[in-house]
Amino acid sequence: MQETVMYEAKNLYKRYGSRAALKGVNFAVSSGKLVGLLGPNGSGKTTLLKISAGLLTATGGCVLIGGRQPGVYTKCITSYLPDRMALPTEMRAADAVDLYADFYTDFDAVKARAMLADLHIEAKSPIGAMSKGTREKMQLCLTMSRNAKLYLLDEPLGGVDPAAREYILQTILRNYSEEAALVLSTHLIGDIERALDEVIFLQEGTVLRQVGVDSLREETGKSVDEYFREVYKC
Amino acid sequence: MDWNITAGRPVYIQLVEQMELALVNGTFSPGSKIPPVRELAAEAGVNPNTMQRALQELESRGLLQAQRTAGRTVTADAAALAALRYKRASGVAAEFLHQMRALGLDRAEIEALLRQMAEGGDRNAGNGDV
Repeated sequence: MQETVMYEAKNLYKRYGSRAALKGVNFAVSSGKLVGLLGPNGSGKTTLLKISAGLLTATGGCVLIGGRQPGVYTKCITSYLPDRMALPTEMRAADAVDLYADFYTDFDAVKARAMLADLHIEAKSPIGAMSKGTREKMQLCLTMSRNAKLYLLDEPLGGVDPAAREYILQTILRNYSEEAALVLSTHLIGDIERALDEVIFLQEGTVLRQVGVDSLREETGKSVDEYFREVYKC
Repeated sequence: MDWNITAGRPVYIQLVEQMELALVNGTFSPGSKIPPVRELAAEAGVNPNTMQRALQELESRGLLQAQRTAGRTVTADAAALAALRYKRASGVAAEFLHQMRALGLDRAEIEALLRQMAEGGDRNAGNGDV
């Protein structure tokens, strides 16, 4: 079957002053794939996603989304979940839904409201009064309610309780389309690896390895989680 | 149905095994339509492409049939399902015998133990892991 590359990095570099966060990152992710971006703290995951979302500029090399460099076009087709709360805390959940509906033509407000209701998030509750986990859930609902071609989720499960994690995982599995690619960074590998096609291991700003979850399990007889602990042993 | 995906072994192999079980025990009855890939994948919490691969494997072995319009049905071939049941049961029996021998029981002791357990009924039943 012919696979279309939706998201790729070519020899991507990023320096923060004298420190290099990304040192020549290369990978390609095809449409229809769910990919985990794994690596220890400081390995470059957030930097990579921020460059891809158009929030940072690369020092060298490039990111291509649907064949184009980050810009207005790629933002139209990319749904990005930042690693921290990006909405004003005085907003209510319902306002956030309206804001997304105004901003993104591919946003499905009906779906967003249904997901918020499933997770018992009141439309009237102000973001400032929500717990950390509830804010994360709300942002994830908004992010997944876009009919995007590429989803970039930076640590979507970190502050979320295990029951909601299960719901979110199912939501992702039920909602992402075969034409879309989804890349998420996470430390909760064990919880999510069975939902992934592939994983990309980052180490000190380079790609250590990109491999299929089942290929890795077959090769090593270990789960991705166990493999990760071995590779990145301190 | 209940899915249980464990660490260390390829996910798709585990899906094939658990689907086989569902076919043999009638969770999906002969000739009936099974839920769509996406639904099964979400239920099991696994990647849809991995579930697709598992279903294709069962299809290539004639246990599932792709329907022209959409979806898949369980084979209505009772002989094929019986053969699968026998294959799975043989595997469990072989594993059981292996473990009994590892515990040092001889054939007569194993037979006696089995009879005794069978007469004890469900009280002594295992957890059903196959």
